[in-house]
Amino acid sequence: MERYFDVELDALKKDIVTMGTLAQEAIHASIEALKKQERKLATDVIEHDHTIDHLELRIDEKCIDLIARYQPMAKDLRFITTGMKINAELERIADLAVDIAQRTLELVDKPMLKPLIDIPKLTVLAQTMIRDAIESFMKGDIEMARQVVLSDPEADRLRNAIQEELISDYMVKDGSTAPRAVQLLLIARFLERICDHTTNIAENVIYMVQAEVVRHHPERLTDGS
Amino acid sequence: MTSKITTNDLNLWYGGFHALKHVDAAFAANRITAIIGPSGCGKSTLLRVFNRMNDLTEGVRTEGTAFIDDLNILDPATDLAALRKKVGMVFQRPNPFPLSVYENIVFGVRIRGTKSSRDELDAVVESSLRSVLLWDELKSALHTPALRLSLEQKQRLCIARLIAVKPDVLLMDEPCSTLDPQATARIEDLMRELKAGYTIVIVTHNMQQAARVSDDTGFMLLGELIEFNRTEAIFAAPRDKRTEDYITGRYG
Repeated sequence: MERYFDVELDALKKDIVTMGTLAQEAIHASIEALKKQERKLATDVIEHDHTIDHLELRIDEKCIDLIARYQPMAKDLRFITTGMKINAELERIADLAVDIAQRTLELVDKPMLKPLIDIPKLTVLAQTMIRDAIESFMKGDIEMARQVVLSDPEADRLRNAIQEELISDYMVKDGSTAPRAVQLLLIARFLERICDHTTNIAENVIYMVQAEVVRHHPERLTDGS
Repeated sequence: MTSKITTNDLNLWYGGFHALKHVDAAFAANRITAIIGPSGCGKSTLLRVFNRMNDLTEGVRTEGTAFIDDLNILDPATDLAALRKKVGMVFQRPNPFPLSVYENIVFGVRIRGTKSSRDELDAVVESSLRSVLLWDELKSALHTPALRLSLEQKQRLCIARLIAVKPDVLLMDEPCSTLDPQATARIEDLMRELKAGYTIVIVTHNMQQAARVSDDTGFMLLGELIEFNRTEAIFAAPRDKRTEDYITGRYG
């Protein structure tokens, strides 16, 4: 049976997908700014963050409004409550893109410490994870969401490799590299945190679709359930 | 959890109409169980099995079993007066007798002849009215005609009238459908108070009410008990698509 409520839920879904697109664009721009050492690109990310904050508030208000007016049940309830959580995760992801842009501003006028190898790899992983997480939300695809969650350890591994290299090959050997190395360390940390938030999104998608909580239960992802 | 009421492959026909189909259920003691489902799904019929109210309808036939504790409800030899003392029923529209508040409450006690002195009856009236949180409101109006009470007071009085004869089970068939939201909330609070001493089964069309007040919920459709589970599971993550379609308004 067609319900007017479905029209409202579709509008909410579109807003959350838009939020995801804006967060993805912010990450992309912040890393491009780092790679190209472009101050303008980095400041754009920082200045545009208010657009994402504004949308986050609007989505939150919409969710509360729908709960108040429709008293949703079952999958409608799960969609709206997970939508609120995903919205908050996306806002944090966009904030981390701002953090990357701010660290980039500290680096744009200085010579590159080293060719960027693992940071772009971690960036590609983060962007793939967030793209797939949003797509899994749009399609209600739990297999895609599951793959996102299973990708997170690779993000941790890359972050550790970056950290190890920057500390052992640069900071320990030549203390004068520390100011730049610390900025890159922080950027790697922010990218890894983006992957953590993206993992949370994917876990929420799994709950939304099949009402199974996989947060804090990694065994539920691999036992075939 | 101890089961108070159990049914096993329960079937009921109104003439040729198969109204209850193979119902297996266990209603836990000292909990509130809500039965939900679209009109005509059999939820009131199921409720009326538990006090044999369906016997009043011509052409009713049952198969299977229904027990309250060890009492075989459907056994023709079951003493209906004893069954209905054990199982009280509250209806959609409160139906006090055209008597005083006091006489409404002592009516069942008098019929059963268990208490007869004025002091004993006074004590029953006070404790019953206290149980439904009406004592303070009505203690100085015990001899007022019950028909003059507000709808909510009448419904509380009807519950007090049941409690006076100390049943085990309270069946409630849409007990709040004629009440305003505030009165509904107070009756729901009363149900929560009462469940410590009674097993309560409520039939309701109001899904928000079922979600708010019950511990367990059963969803019925076309005479079948489709799903029975803890209320939070039914309303957050039902297992059966038919349940989900109904509670999200996609069916019916």
